[in-house]
Amino acid sequence: MSWFTSLLGPWSGFAVTFRQMLKPKVTMRYPKEKRVKPQRFHGRHVLNRYPDGMEKCIGCELCASVCPAHCIYVRGADNPPDEPVSPGERFGFVYEINMLRCIFCGMCVEACPTEAITMTHLFEMSVSDRKEGIFTKDSLLVDPDGTPNHPLPDTRLIDLNDLKLGDGWMRATAPGGRVEFEGVESWTPSARMGGLAPAEPPQGPGRRKTDDEDGEETA
Amino acid sequence: MEVFITAAVKVVIAFALLFTVVLILVWIERRVVGFMQNRLGPTRAGPFGILQTLADGLKLIFKESMTPNRVEVWLYLAAPIMALLPALLIFLVVPIGAPITIGGTEYTLQVTDLNVGVLYVLAMSSMAVYAITLAGWSSGSKYPLLGSVRASAQMISYEAAMGLALVPVIMFNGTASLAGIVEAQGATFFGFLPAWNIVLLPSFIVFVIAMFAETNRSPFDLVEAEQEIVGGFHTEYSGFRFALFFLAEYINLFTMSALTVTFFLGGWQGPVFGPVFLQGLLPVIYFFAKTFVIVFLFIWVRGTLPRMRYDQLMGFGWKRLIPVSLAWIILAMIAVGIRRFGLPWA
Repeated sequence: MSWFTSLLGPWSGFAVTFRQMLKPKVTMRYPKEKRVKPQRFHGRHVLNRYPDGMEKCIGCELCASVCPAHCIYVRGADNPPDEPVSPGERFGFVYEINMLRCIFCGMCVEACPTEAITMTHLFEMSVSDRKEGIFTKDSLLVDPDGTPNHPLPDTRLIDLNDLKLGDGWMRATAPGGRVEFEGVESWTPSARMGGLAPAEPPQGPGRRKTDDEDGEETA
Repeated sequence: MEVFITAAVKVVIAFALLFTVVLILVWIERRVVGFMQNRLGPTRAGPFGILQTLADGLKLIFKESMTPNRVEVWLYLAAPIMALLPALLIFLVVPIGAPITIGGTEYTLQVTDLNVGVLYVLAMSSMAVYAITLAGWSSGSKYPLLGSVRASAQMISYEAAMGLALVPVIMFNGTASLAGIVEAQGATFFGFLPAWNIVLLPSFIVFVIAMFAETNRSPFDLVEAEQEIVGGFHTEYSGFRFALFFLAEYINLFTMSALTVTFFLGGWQGPVFGPVFLQGLLPVIYFFAKTFVIVFLFIWVRGTLPRMRYDQLMGFGWKRLIPVSLAWIILAMIAVGIRRFGLPWA
């Protein structure tokens, strides 16, 4: 009987290919269907505001100095005393990111002391001119109500809802992502994500320590 | 005069049909192979992506046709046309339906019927090797040359097997005209089984295998094995000239499937019923349905089998297919002789 099965062996491949034909397909029909992106997806940046409308950026240029691709240009300026732009002493007067050079490592987000710059889920940033690849403060800064901007909002490909989703790194380390801060709107991790539930279920003792906890445990 | 008009109309219809079918064929192939690989294949141009081939063809026509420096210009330019012509010409003798009567005149649904139709088919399919060989040689570059050397050896080997596979068909049906072969398959065994030539199973199998080799398709696509010799014979071709090769390849695929149906699966034969126009239409539908089943077989094989090694290819052709077909010819000869003249001892 073994000679018979060995004769059939080479033909069993035909059954395999035929079976695959009837299986569901993995193709996403991209502009129509969009894959759900991971929470910590590193997409395009936005500059956030506080709930009262003040800009979070204080023009410290830490993001620019930490950027490995040297794609961020910041020039701070003193806040006008009668009409302050940000709560601090200074604010980001010029803020530009060259998206053609950006490697989306997220180090600017880590460096930012006020969580002014965060990342979104938007990755469709194609431009028709190299100059348009430099995103200025106009397009990076969210509107006073928290709506993100995009230089080409009319393009069919761009889903502004993607801009409203923040990156998971911010949620996991910022107070908004910690159990004891659940529901407390102290920091908005990303545009419009103020009242966000924790990104991950409450974590056990092995979770990542934050600075203020460190002191207690070592003592 | 009327004969010429009829012939001209038939030729135009046949060519229009071939080009339309090829457009659909390429789309079907890409969709089916896509489905076998858990992909969707082209879906964007037109409904279900059916216009994808048209879009690709237009793109190729508007692309620049590069002519490399060291080519043999005349042969280089002639080769794509030489590839396309035999592919188109084979189809002229294939009957795509039962003869129809319009206004008292009977028209055969076949451009012309040759009483040596089988020989014509074999001759024309052998012509294709010239196009490929000359394309590879005239390109003046090493990969095309390798491809064309492979092509000539492969196609000559399998042509022999293909011709031998058709001998029992001619003996069995007693005619070499394609219309005659289809007519002969209209009979039935035991009153209900269609008397298709597929009962000559060894012939059918050898013919189908040789057909894969003749059309240079997987698993015998060594001629254009991308992983080994870039594009093979059409490496140096671009734009419209490449489109001609591409077209010829798929027209060949379709005509070879149509020939398989004509020789072995009863051509346009099938149960005919209903009103007059349906009686004319049904055979055409049967013909195309059967042809597309064979086309699906081609695509299925492409989606399944890996490419053969070159020595396996030659060994299989000369040491397996040809002896098998020769032995089968002798058997078939004895069977046909007994059927005609009775048992020798009776």
